[in-house]
Amino acid sequence: MKILTRIGFWLLVAAIGLFSIFPFYYAVMSSFRSGADLFKVAYWPERLDFSNYVAVFERQPFGTNIFNSVVVAGSVVALSLALGITAAYAFGRIRFKGRSLLLMTILAVSMFPQVAVLSGMFELIRSFGLYNTLPGLILANLMLTLPFTVWVLTTFMRELPKEIEEAAFVDGATPWIVVRRVFLPLMMPAAVTTGLLAFIVSWNEFLFALTFTLTNEQRTVPPAIALMSGSTAYELPWGTIMAASVIVTLPIIALVLIFQRKIVAGLTAGAVKG
Amino acid sequence: MSSAVAPATVPAQVPVQGGRSSLTRSRIRAAWVFIAPTLIVLALIAGWPLARTIWFSFTDANLNNLTDYEFIGFENYIANYDGEWLGLLTDPDWWRSVWNTVWFTTISVSIETVLGTIVALILNASFPGRGLMRAVILIPWAIPTVVSAKMWNWMLHDQFGVINDMLLRLGLIAAPITWTANPDTALWTVIMVDVWKTTPFMALLILAALQMLPGDIYEAAKVDGVHPVKVFFRVTLPLIKPALIVAVIFRGLDALRVFDLIYVLTANSRDTASMSVYARQQLVDFQEVGLGSAASTLIFLIIALLIVITMAAGRVRLSGDPR
Repeated sequence: MKILTRIGFWLLVAAIGLFSIFPFYYAVMSSFRSGADLFKVAYWPERLDFSNYVAVFERQPFGTNIFNSVVVAGSVVALSLALGITAAYAFGRIRFKGRSLLLMTILAVSMFPQVAVLSGMFELIRSFGLYNTLPGLILANLMLTLPFTVWVLTTFMRELPKEIEEAAFVDGATPWIVVRRVFLPLMMPAAVTTGLLAFIVSWNEFLFALTFTLTNEQRTVPPAIALMSGSTAYELPWGTIMAASVIVTLPIIALVLIFQRKIVAGLTAGAVKG
Repeated sequence: MSSAVAPATVPAQVPVQGGRSSLTRSRIRAAWVFIAPTLIVLALIAGWPLARTIWFSFTDANLNNLTDYEFIGFENYIANYDGEWLGLLTDPDWWRSVWNTVWFTTISVSIETVLGTIVALILNASFPGRGLMRAVILIPWAIPTVVSAKMWNWMLHDQFGVINDMLLRLGLIAAPITWTANPDTALWTVIMVDVWKTTPFMALLILAALQMLPGDIYEAAKVDGVHPVKVFFRVTLPLIKPALIVAVIFRGLDALRVFDLIYVLTANSRDTASMSVYARQQLVDFQEVGLGSAASTLIFLIIALLIVITMAAGRVRLSGDPR
């Protein structure tokens, strides 16, 4: 009986592992097959054919798309953290009237359906002359990352012991100095976590990127992959799409595996403790 | 901790006492200075666009020219022209998308909760390779939604897809299935891919709750020889219920605004179109900013209503005061 339970347990573990990994494994496999090979189902790699990886950079401005994604996600992370840490200090360490209400409003913004702001955001971006530009996307993506950045950083900020800033204030430091000299170093681990989450959100963002860009040269990776087309509308270049998918997923998987604990801490701080 | 620190702060107590109110006042001023940039940015990129979207829903604006429009009241929502009812609320496609979204949300969140709990219970047990396993289940969550939709699109390809191949080999189906094109299977396909992608998130939230449970209860149950299944339903489940509810609410609100997955998996097909897909189609593909904004506004109202209900129910601790 005990052995049966153990076998059942391991079968379950294996099933979960297989189910999690198989789609990505299959994408990697497909990305190394081209021509007629691609259209024969295979479960094991037979040979490595890099032609899809060449094609994705030659036939598409995919290098530019990656660069765009890096610029947008990087800027979004930097802006979210700069705004988020200062705001989180105020929310987490200072008692003032209206604090709960404001925090609640910010949390509500993070639950906004993106589509609810779509036409207004379209008008805003156009009136700034930012349609089909990267700054337009950066502005739009901030709406997605800033609320939870503030929220998660506030949670972390609150957990630091009270005595930390008191000594500094007694010595006559201004709040700004306290944030910069005392809290910024202490918040580094939390900032890494939140920054990673913001990076992933921005890197994966699709609806804004699809709607606020027009030309392939301005697209970030997700719409570029979604709109990749072959010689005819009915023949999708599956090999190239899989190669592109693998290229953009690998760095994210690497980040997740390296920072696994930090990411989990950030996710749970945002949700469970919230 | 406070008792150890208290003596050290006593000498400083006296001089601070006099300046406390001015210190407090200057700190409150600083607080407003610190949150002002965030508030201004959020007002500009969230508040203002939302207000404009609601305003556009009462106009006949067109995407080609957003400056030239007229106020038409509720005509985007419902209007009567010569005895014929028109508008969003009379459009069967809109109601179809509402139904799709509700169905998608209910089924996928239910499955994800059950599977997430099972995965969390497994990861909470100690076994060799647990750390690796925890990393592995994060992979589906980390893959960009568009990419996972494309990967599944390829795996579910009606002629060359690996899923049909497997099922045929196992003898479970007699002929290949057109998963994403067939109205009977399309929505289920979307649900399955969502379950694949989001179960890790649920599992991690539930796991975090499981790890906060006190171990001695389980020791006691073990000593008394209570069956593990009974322990789960009598002890574990009630204890993790608050965290479970929060996780379900977060996931539910997220699922209600689903866009990427459905758009990439099945394009604008009305069999699977969610409310968000419908709204964007009106707005961008048909250039009907008025009608699209009306749909967006309704989505916002539905989700806002749900948030208000949850907040009122008091399940989520929002004031955020330290325990």
